[in-house]
Amino acid sequence: MILPGGRRGTLLLALATATCLMSTACGADEGAGGDDNVAVALITKNSTNPFFVTMQDGARKAAEAEGVKLTVAAGKEDGDEAGQVQAIEDAIARGDEGILITPNGPGVNPAIKKARDAGLYVIALDTPPDPANTVDITFATDNFKAGELIGQWTAKQLAGKPASIALLDLFADKIVSVDYNRDQGFLKGMGIDTKDPKVNGDEAKTGSYAAGTYSIVCNEPTSGAEDGGRTAMERCLAKNPAINVVYTINEPAAVGARKAIQAAGTKDVLVVSIDGGCAGVQQVKDGLINATSQQYPVKMAELGVQAIKKIARGGEKPQTTGGLDFFDTGVSLVTDQPASGVDSIDSAAGASTCWGKA
Amino acid sequence: MTTTPAAATAVEQFAPRRRRPLERLQHILHAHPSISPLLVLILAFVVFSAVTPRFASPNSLSLVLQQVAVVGALAVGQTLVILTAGIDLSVGAVTILAMMLAAKVAEGQSLPGILAVALGIGVGLLAGLINGALVTRVGLPPFIVTLGTLSVFGAIALLYTKGQSVQAVDLPDLLNWTGETFPVGEFRISVGVVLVAVLYLLVGYALANTAWGRHVYAVGDDKEAARLAGIRVDRVLLSVYLTAGAVYGLAAWILIGRAGAASPNAITDANLESITAVVIGGTSLFGGRGVLVGTLLGALIVGSFRSGLSLAGVDDQYRVLAVGLLVLLAVAVDQWIRKVKS
Repeated sequence: MILPGGRRGTLLLALATATCLMSTACGADEGAGGDDNVAVALITKNSTNPFFVTMQDGARKAAEAEGVKLTVAAGKEDGDEAGQVQAIEDAIARGDEGILITPNGPGVNPAIKKARDAGLYVIALDTPPDPANTVDITFATDNFKAGELIGQWTAKQLAGKPASIALLDLFADKIVSVDYNRDQGFLKGMGIDTKDPKVNGDEAKTGSYAAGTYSIVCNEPTSGAEDGGRTAMERCLAKNPAINVVYTINEPAAVGARKAIQAAGTKDVLVVSIDGGCAGVQQVKDGLINATSQQYPVKMAELGVQAIKKIARGGEKPQTTGGLDFFDTGVSLVTDQPASGVDSIDSAAGASTCWGKA
Repeated sequence: MTTTPAAATAVEQFAPRRRRPLERLQHILHAHPSISPLLVLILAFVVFSAVTPRFASPNSLSLVLQQVAVVGALAVGQTLVILTAGIDLSVGAVTILAMMLAAKVAEGQSLPGILAVALGIGVGLLAGLINGALVTRVGLPPFIVTLGTLSVFGAIALLYTKGQSVQAVDLPDLLNWTGETFPVGEFRISVGVVLVAVLYLLVGYALANTAWGRHVYAVGDDKEAARLAGIRVDRVLLSVYLTAGAVYGLAAWILIGRAGAASPNAITDANLESITAVVIGGTSLFGGRGVLVGTLLGALIVGSFRSGLSLAGVDDQYRVLAVGLLVLLAVAVDQWIRKVKS
C-alpha cells in the first residue's frame, strides 16, 4: 500500500504517538539508566498458578516501592515456550534494563541469549534454566534443602521406630528437577543413601535411616493434584497398609494422600510436604499435614526487581549462594510439632509468610 | 449396493450351509458388543489374581471401584456422544468448570449443599446446551466444537479461580458426601460408586428400552435415514449433549468427594481416559453401535490393569502400553464386525 507523502507522514506520527501513549515512559527512554525509569519485565510460566500470581503481585509492589517500571507477561500455560519467547522479544524492543523469568523450558534459551547480547540483565526466578549459565543468575528455592528439612524432621519424629515410606512424586513419565530434588532431598534428610541424587526410585528398598530401619513401599506419581495424590496413596496402601511416613511433592498431593489414609482408617501416619502455600499452612494447623517446607516467591520477585535496579544504576551484580549455582531465597520448616535440632516455625508464623490464599 | 446374479445364487446356496466358526463368532460379537471387553476383564482378573493374591482382596477391589468412579461417570456422557458418531473433547473442561463454580459459590458454607450440587449440574447442562447448539444449529463437527469449548470452558475455570483450590473444610458437607464410604460385607463402597452405578442403570435402561434410546442409535447409525424415518435428528442430538453435560456435572460432585478439595488442576487426562473406556468397551467410533455396559467394563479393565500391575510391582508405563494395545485391538475388532453388515 502506497500512501501520498503527506498522509504517510501523518500516519507515522499517529503511530509514534500511539506507541508513545501505550508506554508510560513516553519520550524518556533515551540513555538507559535515566534517573527514575529503570524498566523490568517479569515473565512467569503462566498467570493462573497461585505461586506465579503471588510472584506477580510481589513484583508489582516491589516495583512501586523502588520506582521501577514493571511489565508483567506470562506463557499461556506451563511449557508454553513460544509465548515466553515473544515476551522476551517485546522486552528487548521496549528497551527494558532487565528480565525476570521462570523459564518454561530449553526453548526459551536462544531468546534469553539474544536479550543478554542486547545488554539486558536476565535473572531466572524459581526454575533454574538448563544449563544454569543461560541466565546471569537464578533466584530460587533450594528444593533439595527443602526436602532435607522435612526428612530430618521425620527421622527425629520417628525416634527409632521402623519407617514404612510412601514417596508420592510429581511424574513417573517425565524427569523434572523439582521432582528429584525434593524426593532425594527428603531421603537424604532421613539419612538414607539416595544412590544417584538425580534419579527417583533407584535407592535400596530396605536398609537403615538415621535412627532405625526403613522400607520404601512405593514411588507413585501424583501430577501434584489432590485426586492424583489420593489414587497414588491408595495404590501404596494396597501394597502395604502399615505405611507410617508419606513424603509428598506438594500440598495438594498431601491433601489427597491424607484423604486416602483416613478412608483406610490407618492411624499415626506422618504426612510431610513442600510449598508453604496458605492452604498448605492451614492444613498443617488442621493436622492434615504434619510438616511442610515453605518457599518464598514474593522474595524471589522483590530481590529480582532490586537487583536489576541496582545493576542499571551501575551497582554490583548479585552472587550465587556458596556451593550452589543459584542464589538461595531461603526455606523454612513449618510444623506445630517441633523436633529438636531441626529449626522450624509454627503454623501461625507460617500463615503470616505464606503465599496464595488459604 | 447392486447384487449380481452370481451373488444372488451364492446367497441361495448359502442358506442351508452351516456357518464357519469364525463367521459365527463375528455374528455373536455383532449381536453382543460387550462380550469382548467382558472376556478381557475376566482374563485380566484371572491373571492378576494368580500373580498377586492381594489383587482380588475385597479391599483392593473396593479401591478399584472408587478409582474408576469419576472416569466411569464421565464415560457415560462420552458414550452417548460417540453413539451419535460424535466425540466430546470438552469432558474434563466441563467437569472442572462445573466443580469450580459450584465450589467457589458454596465456599465458606455460603450456599446450601443441595443448591451447590444443583448449580454444578446446571453448569454441566448449560455447557451441554452450548456444545449441542453449535453441533445442531450451526452445523459444526462435534470434534471441532468440543475442541473449541475445551479451551473456552477450561480458561474460564482457571480465570475465575485464579488457579486456587477450594478445600474440603470450606465446603458444605453434602459436596464431600460422595466420598463417604460404608461397608458392604467385606467391601467398602463410597457414595460416589453408588451414584455411578445408578447412573449406569438409568442411562443403560433408557438406551436399551425407550424410543429415545432407539433414536440415539438410529441417528448415530445413519443420520439421513433417521431423518427420512421421521426422527427429529437435531432434537435427539441436542438431548444427547444436554444429558452428557448433566452427567459431567454429577461427575464433578463425585470428584470433590474423592479428592478432598475442588482443584482446577484435577483430572488432567479425563478426555483420553473417557474415550479409552468407551472404545475398549466395544462402542464404535463410527456411531450407532455399542452398549453402555461395555463402557463400564472398559473403565473397569483400565482400573484393574492399573491396580494389578501396580501390586505386581510393574512400571506403570506397561499399563499405558497395554491399554494402548487394547484400544487398537478394540478398533480392529469393531472394523471386522462391521463387515458382517456388508
